[in-house]
Amino acid sequence: MTDPKATLFRFRGERLGHGDRAVFEALDLDIRRGETVALLGASGSGKSTLLAALRRQREALCAWCPQEQALVPMLSVFHNIYMGGLHRHGTWHNLRTLVRPTTADRDDVGRLAADLGLTDKLFTSVDRLSGGQAQRTALGRALYTRRPVLLGDEPVSNLDEHQGLALTRLALAAHDSAVVAMHDRALALACFQRVMGLRRGRLVLDAPAADLTLTDLDGLYR
Amino acid sequence: MTGVATTAAGWRRASGGLLLAGLLAFAVADLAITRGAPGAELARMAGGFLRPDFLATGALWSALANTLAFAFQGVALGVVAGFLLALGWHRRPVRTLAASVRAVHELFWGLLLMQVLGLSSLTGVLAIALPYAGIFAKVFGEFLEEADPAPAAALAADRRRLGRFFFARLPLVWADIKAYTAYRLECALRASAILGFIGLPTLGFHLETAFREGHYDAGAALLYLLFALILTLRVWLRGPLIPVYLLAALYWAPPVGQGNWATLVRFVTVDLVPAPLARGQGWPALGDWAWMLWRDQVGPGLWHTLVLGLAALLLTAVLALVLFPLRSPLFGNRATRALSHGLLVVLRTTPEFFLAFLFLILLGPSMLPGILALALHTGAIIAHLMARFSEGLRLRADSARGVNRYAYEVLPRLYPNFLALLLYRWEIIMRETAVLGILGIHTLGFYIDSSVAEFRFDRTLVLILATVCLNLAVDAFSRRLRARLRLKETRT
Repeated sequence: MTDPKATLFRFRGERLGHGDRAVFEALDLDIRRGETVALLGASGSGKSTLLAALRRQREALCAWCPQEQALVPMLSVFHNIYMGGLHRHGTWHNLRTLVRPTTADRDDVGRLAADLGLTDKLFTSVDRLSGGQAQRTALGRALYTRRPVLLGDEPVSNLDEHQGLALTRLALAAHDSAVVAMHDRALALACFQRVMGLRRGRLVLDAPAADLTLTDLDGLYR
Repeated sequence: MTGVATTAAGWRRASGGLLLAGLLAFAVADLAITRGAPGAELARMAGGFLRPDFLATGALWSALANTLAFAFQGVALGVVAGFLLALGWHRRPVRTLAASVRAVHELFWGLLLMQVLGLSSLTGVLAIALPYAGIFAKVFGEFLEEADPAPAAALAADRRRLGRFFFARLPLVWADIKAYTAYRLECALRASAILGFIGLPTLGFHLETAFREGHYDAGAALLYLLFALILTLRVWLRGPLIPVYLLAALYWAPPVGQGNWATLVRFVTVDLVPAPLARGQGWPALGDWAWMLWRDQVGPGLWHTLVLGLAALLLTAVLALVLFPLRSPLFGNRATRALSHGLLVVLRTTPEFFLAFLFLILLGPSMLPGILALALHTGAIIAHLMARFSEGLRLRADSARGVNRYAYEVLPRLYPNFLALLLYRWEIIMRETAVLGILGIHTLGFYIDSSVAEFRFDRTLVLILATVCLNLAVDAFSRRLRARLRLKETRT
């Protein structure tokens, strides 16, 4: 990984799917280090399947922000974000944090929560948050993983346009590379270097965002 | 720092309270090991379990048949009575009656009934049927309450209420009723075996003799038989065969008592009446009698029962939390799961009363055997159910592993189930704690057993009423706590 342009993900004629059902029959794909990729496509086009396959290829490098937010609802925003960093700390430290976090961890997670606009909810449990607040917590957990590659599945879908743009920029700035599935085409063109379009398990569009217009993307959903 | 407003914090506070109560109980409990060399005795016992002797007990097969017969008849009678009571579940007197009969343990019912009916089949059958009627009434009543009211509402124009019940209400809960009754038969087999400890001719009678006299090989054989009976229940308990079993049970042990009407009348109108009143000594004497009874028996009995029960509850919680991950597919490997599955089955299947008896032999009389027995049995039940719940959890692909997974992902999600199970089981622990007194631990059952031995049944009655009050109080407290924490009702 010393070469800044080294290939991060590579698929050659790959068959991806769940059990017997193939979503991708033969996928060819290269993503290089440093690229930010927006993944577009109607629901059921294979975005989540592709993201899961990417994660399996580079498990140790990826910060994961899945669609079903997979937070622990009865625990606080603090603990859900902290959970992204469990692997960085010893087990005793983690157990202690569950009961009583250290000031250092509180400040550390608190800064991230401030960026996400969650300061006053830091010690509120996720089951008492709005959908948007929960989604920002899920993004916080991924950010706190502090790994170089962000894999996100609709991480800002519940946020308003302004907040979605700000947090997407924040998330991209915190990672070397990113592959993010989304449905907001304007956001995809505004924030990402490369756009990939999926349709029924096939890669039908793959171009630099700078070369695309919103109209070019309409075809994906027809 | 911003204020803490988490769902977990409420559970943590409740757990902290129970932890504190449990620690205080441990601090004041008598935990002495009074028997020298428990290790040597354990080795002898283990030897017996490795070489069970199935031929040592003479009346083995008839004891087995009695155990089955009492359980079948008791459950059958209990189901019918409980079902009838459940139809009136919306009436408060019915609920109170059901709560009172089920708050008295099978063994206490046995001790009382024996005075009227002697050591007869009818005593065994009724000792199971009476409390079980109360349990069935509650559970069936709640089934009917929770059932979808829509089908019955659709038939509301029909004035034939009975028809409406059989066509629109009963079918909705029939499967639940069948499953619950099968589960209760398993409990009844254990209860029936344990009734042998007060002299009825079931497996427990021979178990007690064999273990007390140190014939561990003969005792182990009896225990293995009980295990075999319970673990194969699903194989031989088939719908069409149930009438056959029931007829066989009636044929083998016809439910006939030894006493007559006069015995019953005398028992109720003379024996159960407080002695000063029966002897016509007037009200001041009654006051002295009541104060003496409270100071020497009811008070200490209640206190010891509460202490033992709370200590057992704490140890149960700890054991359940340690044991359930061993059985859960989210942790460990195939070998640890198989091993812990075996351990949990054995602990669940062995009646807690019998476990306490074993520990008493090993450790000598103190609260320790009772605490260990209740905690191991109940902890295994809760651990088993928690492991089952954990099978339904869907963790994210990048979820942590090992202790981190347990503490952050699994335990918080299962904690409401855990607390609900624990609080629900608390009532059962208290009920069993009281009855452990029959083995010589100084809980309420000890004073009940002594008063029966002295033929002072007026005291027996007061002491049994004290166990009822304690159970109702614990039940009410646990129900309020569950409601306040908004825990789902879990029935086991």
